[in-house]
Amino acid sequence: MENKKAKKRSMTMEVCQRLARNKMAMLGLAILVVLVLCAVFADVIADYETKVVAQNIANRLKGPSAEHWFGTDEFGRDIFARIIHGSRVSLVVGLISVSVSLILGGILGAFAGFYGGRVDNVIMRVMDIFLAVPSTLLAMTIVAALGSSLVNVMLAIGVSGIPTYARIVRAAVMSVKDQEFVEASRAIGATNVTTIFREIIPNCLAPIIVQATLSVAGAILSTASLSFIGLGVQPPDPEWGAMLSGGRNFLRDAVHLTLFPGLAIVITILALNLLGDGLRDALDPRLKQ
Amino acid sequence: MHKYVIKRLIMLIPVVIGVSFLVFFIMSLAPGDTARTILGEDAPIEAIEALNEELGLNDPVLIRYGRYMVGLAHGDLGTSYKSGRSVFTEVMSRFPDTLKLAFWGMIFAVVLSIPIGIISATKQYSLIDSVSMVFALLGVATPNFWLGLMLIIGFSLHLRWFPSGGSEGWKALVLPVITLGTGCMANITRTTRSSMLEVIRQDYIRTAKAKGVGYRSVIYKHALKNALIPVVTVIGLQFGSLLGGAVLTEAVFSWPGVGTYLVNSIKAKDTPAVLGCVIIFSICFSIVNLCVDILYAYIDPRIKSKYK
Amino acid sequence: MAEHDSKYTLEIKDLEVQFKTVDGVVKAVNGIDLAIEKGKTLGLVGETGAGKTTTALSILRLVPDPPGKITGGTITLEGKDLFSYSEKEMETIRGSQVSMIFQDPMTSLNPVMTVGDQIAEVIQLHEKIDPKEALEKAKAMLEMVGIPGNRGTEYPHQFSGGMKQRVIIAMALVCNPHLLIADEPTTALDVTIQAQVLDLMQKLREKYGTSMLMITHDLGIVAEVCDNVSIMYAGRIVEHGTLEDIFNSTSHPYTEGLFGSLPNIENRNEQLKPIPGLMPDPTDLPPGCAFHPRCKYCKDICKSRVPAVTKLSDTHLVACLAYEEGTGVTLGGGDNE
Repeated sequence: MENKKAKKRSMTMEVCQRLARNKMAMLGLAILVVLVLCAVFADVIADYETKVVAQNIANRLKGPSAEHWFGTDEFGRDIFARIIHGSRVSLVVGLISVSVSLILGGILGAFAGFYGGRVDNVIMRVMDIFLAVPSTLLAMTIVAALGSSLVNVMLAIGVSGIPTYARIVRAAVMSVKDQEFVEASRAIGATNVTTIFREIIPNCLAPIIVQATLSVAGAILSTASLSFIGLGVQPPDPEWGAMLSGGRNFLRDAVHLTLFPGLAIVITILALNLLGDGLRDALDPRLKQ
Repeated sequence: MHKYVIKRLIMLIPVVIGVSFLVFFIMSLAPGDTARTILGEDAPIEAIEALNEELGLNDPVLIRYGRYMVGLAHGDLGTSYKSGRSVFTEVMSRFPDTLKLAFWGMIFAVVLSIPIGIISATKQYSLIDSVSMVFALLGVATPNFWLGLMLIIGFSLHLRWFPSGGSEGWKALVLPVITLGTGCMANITRTTRSSMLEVIRQDYIRTAKAKGVGYRSVIYKHALKNALIPVVTVIGLQFGSLLGGAVLTEAVFSWPGVGTYLVNSIKAKDTPAVLGCVIIFSICFSIVNLCVDILYAYIDPRIKSKYK
Repeated sequence: MAEHDSKYTLEIKDLEVQFKTVDGVVKAVNGIDLAIEKGKTLGLVGETGAGKTTTALSILRLVPDPPGKITGGTITLEGKDLFSYSEKEMETIRGSQVSMIFQDPMTSLNPVMTVGDQIAEVIQLHEKIDPKEALEKAKAMLEMVGIPGNRGTEYPHQFSGGMKQRVIIAMALVCNPHLLIADEPTTALDVTIQAQVLDLMQKLREKYGTSMLMITHDLGIVAEVCDNVSIMYAGRIVEHGTLEDIFNSTSHPYTEGLFGSLPNIENRNEQLKPIPGLMPDPTDLPPGCAFHPRCKYCKDICKSRVPAVTKLSDTHLVACLAYEEGTGVTLGGGDNE
């Protein structure tokens, strides 16, 4: 038992070392750390009430300056402050919606893979139907039905991600379920549920971690998309996609309204993708080399 | 093969039924009173009741769904609450424009991505590889609606090369197609590269070289067909995001397609119109996936022999 | 040189191949000499990682580069220096003058091409012949390896492992090469199939008068098909001789160890004597004789001095300090039995 633990720890170490050697992944991680810090200390960097939502018509559509690094928007609000606070929304939506997909999809996939037969068939056919609707459209439909709000956006994006995880977990469960250590744990009297959680889930973590990192990026993108067409976060709350949507009317004279929120999205997604790719390579050394 | 295609076409039916039920069910969760939305806040209660009765909105979900499906079987997607016209006609009149956008977007993506992916893989770690991989990474990370806005700023507001909206002529097509296709292109490039890298390490590539096959022939005759198998899968999957992306691209460029109609319908709470759009898009996606599966069998004899 | 032209199909002198990896330089082949007489078979024997496949790929100039590089030595095929050829000229040699059969038939055929096309491709590359004739010839070749010609239109996944190896043999021999390199051609096959495939290779080889380099770790196969044997360890040839030399007057402690690892049919109670330890890390080869950490006769001098080649007879060569004058190393007995 000790031995097994030690082995596990050293494997984690090895993965971390491989990841640390990947410069691009480390760049992604560094950007993410900065972003998370921005999100956590957003209130310290810029006060919400006075800088982010308070309108100041005298100051409207000002270009970047020492006072307003990224300029001001059509209501005279500081774009830098709004982007910083917007990172909160993006990261929270990203994490929560992916957790929703992961938990629901994971449970469905685990049951489908573990029990096989009819259970598997029914679950996976339902998943197929979900997959037949392009996920952005599915999310739009859900938000359209439930109404535009942050919670509904998270729910919509979370639900549209369920099939992905159901498939990953199902495949992983099927590939490990007949291996000896699982049979061994059943042989010593573990129930199905404990087997699923104790033995199978830890053994299919690798693809899930990779997918989760990449889906946080996808979720942030979807949130911005929904907000952009007016179905997501409602003004005056700062959200990158909503800011872009607002800036559309000033493309000719005030590019900074659309430029900076867009760059914020690009950098965030890029960082997550770099980290996700790095994790995939680190967890599957076969691919590299 | 014919049998397989027919079988797959028949299998589309339960998918359409499932999808329409899913979307119908989601839309039926919508709070608020449709009749009130149509008639306005000030409408008298009696009028609202009457309209609800007329539209059959007082019946349970399953009955309404059943009625809807009977209509669907006859190619009837219901009547738009907003315009009072047939949703099918409304969607179909806009469909060719969306299809045009999606088709050229996909062509743009595929035509550029596959050669770039191959060159990157065969010249791994070279300058050209690094440059294309940076672009691919940026392409995946860039939201298409933002790219669209940036293209408008650069190419229509400043350079005045292309219009920023409308759908008249090939010039109007250029920016929307780049906007829509870039994300797909980036994804397909990355897949082509990694798949090619995987394939050129395979034993059968070494066998081909040991036979005396020349370098170009090894890459284009032996490696490419094998490498395309995962690429075709990704192209099929990307088509789904292309349809989603079309909605946003249409919004940016005021493209008069199904996407714009969908967004307007969602805002107007025009349930039958939303349902119709999503169902049409999903059927379209399913048909593309069917084509991908057939193409798959064409490329890979191992899959083909399963269907015989 | 001129004299050799007539005698040897292949001569390798002092070949060195290195791989540059993140963990350091892998010295895969460290100055080996090999020679194959016309129409004869040389067995190249050693454990996994001894550098056998790298040696074989060097002959085709197919060592993956990067990370691999041939850093020294010469390879002469039919009297001509292989390293003097351009890459284009090499392409005309591969498959026509030198062919190779790879270890794993399951992965060595292109899954999306019919086997007939794959055989016909070699013919078309090396002979001026139209595609139809090439296909006919491919069919005939399939018949020759015991596969009905009409199965040429099938894909590799429709064949079993043994059948696939037959296809690969057909592909390798269809252009009548001077030299056939067989890299563990039967390791991946069932035992009963192994014998059939070996038999087929022998028959065709004799028919065409092809010389062969048989790479294997199986001394049974060596006894069956080889005329001469070279034993390879950590990128060096440690012993070379005729079949009798190696089997009847085994000289190198490593060769002795290889025989000790085989079960003895006559005396089943006898304990197997596997060689202790593992192949050394090729990025960090031990100084002196590379085998010394695993050698039961090892003396201090073995840890610092690289053994030279000692001629035991006209045909029998060995690289071990025990055969060199004044080293004080003796074999026999052993001190840890």
